[in-house]
Amino acid sequence: MGGEEEQMDVDHQHHAHVQAKKKEPWVDKYRPKKVSDVAYQTEVVSALEKAMETHNLPHMLFYGPPGTGKTTCALAICKQLYGPELGKKRVLELNASDERGISVVRGKIKSFASTTVGEGVPGYPCPPYKILILDEADSMTNDAQSALRRMMETYSRVTRFFILCNYVSKIIDPISSRCAKFRFKSLDGGTMHERINFIAKGENLQLAEGTLQALEHVSAGDMRKAITLLQSAASLFGPELTGDRIREVAGVIPDEKIEELLQLCVAGDSQKSQALAEDILKDGFPCLQILEQFGYYLADSDLLEDEMKAEICLKLGEVEKKLVDGADEWLQLSHCISIATIVCSTKPEK
Amino acid sequence: MHGGNIFVCVFLFFRLFRLFALRANFSSLSLLLLLCFSIITKNTSQNLISSYIMSLWVDKYRPIELNQCEHVNASVANHLKELVKDGDCPHLLFYGPSGSGKKSLVLALLSTIFGPGAHKTKVEQKTWKIDATSTRKIEVDLMTQSSNYHIEINPSDAGYKDRYVVQEVIKEMARSRPIDAQGNAGYKILVLTECDKLSKEAQHGLRRTMEKYSSACRLILIADSVNRVLEAVRSRCLPVRVAAPRAEDIEKVLYDIAAKEKLTLPPQLCSKVAVFAKRDLRRAILALEACRVANYPFKETQSVQTTDWELYIAQIAAEILAEQSPKRLLQVRGRIYELLVNCIPPTLIFQTLCFYLSKRLDDEMKHEVIRWAAQFEHKLQLGSKAIIHIEAFIAQFMATYKRKLISAFA
Repeated sequence: MGGEEEQMDVDHQHHAHVQAKKKEPWVDKYRPKKVSDVAYQTEVVSALEKAMETHNLPHMLFYGPPGTGKTTCALAICKQLYGPELGKKRVLELNASDERGISVVRGKIKSFASTTVGEGVPGYPCPPYKILILDEADSMTNDAQSALRRMMETYSRVTRFFILCNYVSKIIDPISSRCAKFRFKSLDGGTMHERINFIAKGENLQLAEGTLQALEHVSAGDMRKAITLLQSAASLFGPELTGDRIREVAGVIPDEKIEELLQLCVAGDSQKSQALAEDILKDGFPCLQILEQFGYYLADSDLLEDEMKAEICLKLGEVEKKLVDGADEWLQLSHCISIATIVCSTKPEK
Repeated sequence: MHGGNIFVCVFLFFRLFRLFALRANFSSLSLLLLLCFSIITKNTSQNLISSYIMSLWVDKYRPIELNQCEHVNASVANHLKELVKDGDCPHLLFYGPSGSGKKSLVLALLSTIFGPGAHKTKVEQKTWKIDATSTRKIEVDLMTQSSNYHIEINPSDAGYKDRYVVQEVIKEMARSRPIDAQGNAGYKILVLTECDKLSKEAQHGLRRTMEKYSSACRLILIADSVNRVLEAVRSRCLPVRVAAPRAEDIEKVLYDIAAKEKLTLPPQLCSKVAVFAKRDLRRAILALEACRVANYPFKETQSVQTTDWELYIAQIAAEILAEQSPKRLLQVRGRIYELLVNCIPPTLIFQTLCFYLSKRLDDEMKHEVIRWAAQFEHKLQLGSKAIIHIEAFIAQFMATYKRKLISAFA
């Protein structure tokens, strides 16, 4: 009886373990563990590896578009320096979802930064300082950033700051001048295909022709987005994936519809173009997505003169801003389409 | 509003009123009023009513299981079934236009995961006491609808306090985590409706809480427009797009309902209702029920009754087109006020007004109408007094239209 119970318990644990494994986002599961494994950022990686040989790192500022490996690099450095156990004590990671107002900088961050370090553990370099990772630092207020500047100098002996952001211009000058800067660039298609194929192999997915291209196109160089999409599609549609399924999960509108919309605008048929636009909206596609794809198509199209394109694009920008302000989707989209129709119907004479 | 439908509403109101009268406080009363009103305008989706006494067809024929989604959203339902077949589900985000069946899908999904118990819901007026800071405590009252397995709230009702509510509810759910036993999923589901109306802060607050408590609590977010949901929140959910049903599909559903109610539905009327619905299933079913109340047996030539506020706006549009003068503007203003005090959302007024105005205009003027409507509606979102912006739009339209008329006849 006892044996049975034990067996059940083990089973249960095993089950829970499997579930936990399954639930883990692939982004974390397949996150590179070593700096040298980070793909495509060759210059950054080689510079970082050199710096790590000396075990003496400066304050660092990583910037670049989302999904290019900034957080991965920062975490990998910590792991390589301290190992999994000591890492918990020596590293503090704060991202935008944590409260990071000026009071937190003065309280939590300061108390972490000011404490001295303890003993290292064997097997890892364990340099005598702690690491504070401020992820998504461009969402910190200027006041909070200013409160950091003195701290970075005072405690530089015991704490190194890793500041991660998308836009270096949103980090105040005094902070960025105190850091070594690393720029992460957008991933190219080849690297992305390689990585996706690797994950697909690990998860037993069958990718049909065109899936990789769809992922590359939709994610636009954002590795995290690509992997998340892949996982979403796999959990929704099962292991056989196609380009269309990826597009469905990403909420991308079929190209034919956008093309038709543009053609109707060029033809000057305002009634039909309005109807089609409303139709796409009713299919549940977000308005911003329609505008984005419309703009994308517009730029490539040879149906229009450059000047007309420019005029429509100006309007697209304006409308985008209004949408972000919370304006009504239907009205804004109609407005946009009506402008496009007007612009197209008043063709400049040559 | 149609007589029969008003009767239904009034009837419901009194039954509900009696139920609530026992613990009548003013907030629940005003909420009730709002609720009854929401039936008239748009949102009958509250099971609230169905669980009490009688139900509108919209609630009566809502699919209970994912298997029952035959005509509408069938493929989405199939994928969802696949998704939850081993009893687990990620955070989900349902988005699509209103009346496309988001809520129905969510409810059906819940009963697929948890069994029929998920439909046994109770409605509560809950008060949360929350420590906002160490010195300040705030209290938030909110209507919740919950079963043993899920809680449904509309956090945007809490106004600027929404951020505290969201976090507090999730934490509370995490504390009382169900035991992972047979027939129990080991987590609860929190359904947040209208999450696109959540403030930015609340959404930021969500992202961390979502990750932290994901073992005990899964979120299902429902939004009309996914634009207003933060990218950070979106990327943590599995997005499910729910397209509005096409007219053909709506017709199939209407025939189904008619068959179940043992009514004979002439095809002409059916297609008329489907066109009238503008791809909104809820609107279609409500309209059908209104037709039933108005006149049965159905006549093929029977007209589909528009809601009274729509007629009212159509009238306003006609008045604006008939005369453009300060005097008329003043008259129209009174009517707009009338709409606003009856809780018709200003954006809806803009849309409908725009629709009825442009119906009678040529292409050139249509562009103008859309242009100004888009501009003033945007300003409305930035500002706070709806009447000013609507009036500004009307004044602008009158001026443009008059100028055009004069130049045409001059």
